[in-house]
Amino acid sequence: MSTSAIDYTIDHPAVAGTPSAASIDEVIAAPIDSKPSKGWWIGLAITGSMLGVGILSISWLFYKGTGVWGVNQPVGWGFDIVNFVFWVGIGHAGTLISAILFLLRQKWRTGIARFAEAMTIFAVMCALIFPLIHTGRPWLAAVYLFPYPNQHGLWVNFTSPLLWDVFAVSTYFTVSFVFWYIGLIPDFAMLRDRATTKFKKIAYSIFSLGWRHSNRHWQHYEKAYLILAGFSTPLVLSVHTIVSFDFAVSVIPGWHTTIFPPYFVAGAVFSGFAMVQNVLIVTRKYFNLEHIITINHLENMNKVIVLTGSIVGYAYAMEFFIAWYSGNPLEQFVFLNRALGPYAWAYWTMVTCNVVFPQLFWIKKVRTNIIGMFIIGVFVNVGMWFERFVIVVTSLSRDFLPSSWGHYVPTAVDFGVFIGSIGLFFTLVLLFVRVLPVVSMSEIKAVLPGAQPSRH
Amino acid sequence: MNKNLLYSVTALFDTPDGIIHAAEAVRNAGYKRYDVHTPYPVHGMDDAMELKDSKLGFITLGAGLLGGAGVFAFISWVFLAAYPNVIGGKPYFSWPAFVPVTFEITVLSAVLLTIGSLIVFFFKFPNNSHPLHDTPYMKNVSSDKFGISIQANDPKFDEAAVTALLSSLHPLTVAPVFYDEEELRHTWTTFDPKFLALLVGVALFVSGSTYLHLNKLLYLPPFDWMSNQNKFKPQTPTAQYDDTRMMRSAPDGTVARGFIPYPFKGMPDSAGKYLVNPLQPTSEALALGKTKFLTYCSPCHGNFARGDSRLRGQFPNPPTLHSDKVRNWPDGNIFHVITEGQNIMPSYASQVSREERWAIVHYVRALQRAFNAKESDTQ
Repeated sequence: MSTSAIDYTIDHPAVAGTPSAASIDEVIAAPIDSKPSKGWWIGLAITGSMLGVGILSISWLFYKGTGVWGVNQPVGWGFDIVNFVFWVGIGHAGTLISAILFLLRQKWRTGIARFAEAMTIFAVMCALIFPLIHTGRPWLAAVYLFPYPNQHGLWVNFTSPLLWDVFAVSTYFTVSFVFWYIGLIPDFAMLRDRATTKFKKIAYSIFSLGWRHSNRHWQHYEKAYLILAGFSTPLVLSVHTIVSFDFAVSVIPGWHTTIFPPYFVAGAVFSGFAMVQNVLIVTRKYFNLEHIITINHLENMNKVIVLTGSIVGYAYAMEFFIAWYSGNPLEQFVFLNRALGPYAWAYWTMVTCNVVFPQLFWIKKVRTNIIGMFIIGVFVNVGMWFERFVIVVTSLSRDFLPSSWGHYVPTAVDFGVFIGSIGLFFTLVLLFVRVLPVVSMSEIKAVLPGAQPSRH
Repeated sequence: MNKNLLYSVTALFDTPDGIIHAAEAVRNAGYKRYDVHTPYPVHGMDDAMELKDSKLGFITLGAGLLGGAGVFAFISWVFLAAYPNVIGGKPYFSWPAFVPVTFEITVLSAVLLTIGSLIVFFFKFPNNSHPLHDTPYMKNVSSDKFGISIQANDPKFDEAAVTALLSSLHPLTVAPVFYDEEELRHTWTTFDPKFLALLVGVALFVSGSTYLHLNKLLYLPPFDWMSNQNKFKPQTPTAQYDDTRMMRSAPDGTVARGFIPYPFKGMPDSAGKYLVNPLQPTSEALALGKTKFLTYCSPCHGNFARGDSRLRGQFPNPPTLHSDKVRNWPDGNIFHVITEGQNIMPSYASQVSREERWAIVHYVRALQRAFNAKESDTQ
């Protein structure tokens, strides 16, 4: 018996080489201190145009009403909920990296946590667009969404999954934002102390709140970070669970299943990691952060992708098995209809992108190849978008009564709003890389070789 | 500005081992008011400084329990007391469905109160006017050096002794930090003109945008499409018809469903002669008659039909219904007057249904009998 050559006790260093703390400051603050390059402006022009398309589409939607969307009976939920679930899912990677990997003492998270958290916040912002605008007149929507004392003496229905969603997503956004901001405070202080212009100095002073790197503060700060990580972990699991309740609590065949919460959470982490991996690949190349966001980090992310991708694949198979095993003809029909019906093209796109391609990550050469992993990451995001489309549209378009069947075709405005949300996301990402440190400097310094006293 | 007051004596070190050693030395020398500044949390520093465990967790626990219990109680109150409503055939107190919101609010209140108290009470932030800010010392510990600072307000503080102690620990530099008392004491006051201007600005912005939103924006197209629809309203004048009214009257001879035309228009005598009260004077009919009489008749005729309502004297006096004339009328005459009106009394046919009119007649008869009771009625 030959012993394996892999030594599982080796902990990959969190950064490559032995950079000094001062050089970390230089390299991470470089994008903030320097003028944006031509490439950045081109990128901003593209994402800004996409955002503009979205703003025009939403303006038209507000002008004419939600009739400009393709939704109608029987498919009353279309692109709005598909995109909402898609974006909320993207957001899950950030919290997973910043909270769960923190609790699991995974040092490699330090290089990517800040970026992933920022992407969480931007993704949830994109997600929140859709439930807001689907009300048609969002400035009146507070009446339906939030419990406030009113002259009718009425309260919102606290037992409705859609209301749970409001609370879950807004809590998730708030807590993620607080988590992100708390992590940024020491970096703001560091940027304040190296600021060269008065404007930067005042801005970073305000945001740093007057942080002094005091150990008497670090002590409480670390405790707070641990508490936040402890709360974010069940929170992130609860958010996509509650999003899945929007479907699972109903009685529509194909939605009414108990597998939905874990299946949705795994899918969310899957798509979120793919998105973070894609954006990080571009960022580390562009800003010369290859020694901080190392190939090991990306490989670890790919391992998470292949794990969650396999869970998602298992869930697809299990849905079919349960449909057959339940003996319920409606369930059986819905799943046959998914694979063979009018939306079969979407179903097989989903299966190919989510189940087949990520399995290539079992091969070490693929999961350490930048081009290869980037392409697979894009496939995963396309596949996960189609997963939500398949779940929402196939179940609604053909449910109990064949005479009430219909076919959903999204309109140009549907696509416009979706393109706009993509534009918003990447516009925010582009602005983020220019004004804030994309890697947590205080965390990276703490895991550099020789950063901790030798006795401890 | 003259920075002349000593805040502390500081020393900078190059390595984490150096700063741990320095912290232990300063602690062993008996100083209490000192602090260590490091660009990242250094492991073992809490022990070296002998700091007690952070109490932050207790705030989290309290806030979470308070928020969770509070929102659960609130939802229960909504479903059990404020607006009980059967939803999906479930009991009013269907607590499993309260769990998601309870959980989210527990997390939200725990996190926000923890972070709020961390910043305000534990850190005493925001504070951008600390003496250590804007010093070379702070710029160094912000980047890659490790510093220790012994404050001048320590009971054991003596500048020469502290400088000697820190110098003996092989630091990179030892330097005093001064501050300007006036600068440190500067605070924003409530009546600072800048602050007042900010308040006025915020007030103008909020009230202005609220006014625009609620009074202008919502009445502009397309937001008024629900209220201004492409159709005529009954009271709108129009050139389309000769009588300029949008509301059309029914063609002559039209009879509404369930409506029986009144055959004795302008013929009170015939009404008295031919009409008979179709209702039995049961207690239900009298109760109905009383309700309708008090609603429609009593404002003029008085609660007991004596013509003594509050309108007496402000109006051509409404007659009493206890006069011999009315008492001797047949039922049909009273019905006729309610239906058609008389003198300045208008018709009540549109407000009071046929059956209700006959019930009023019964009630008027009962009132008349009560005010003119015979000896036999008391037996």
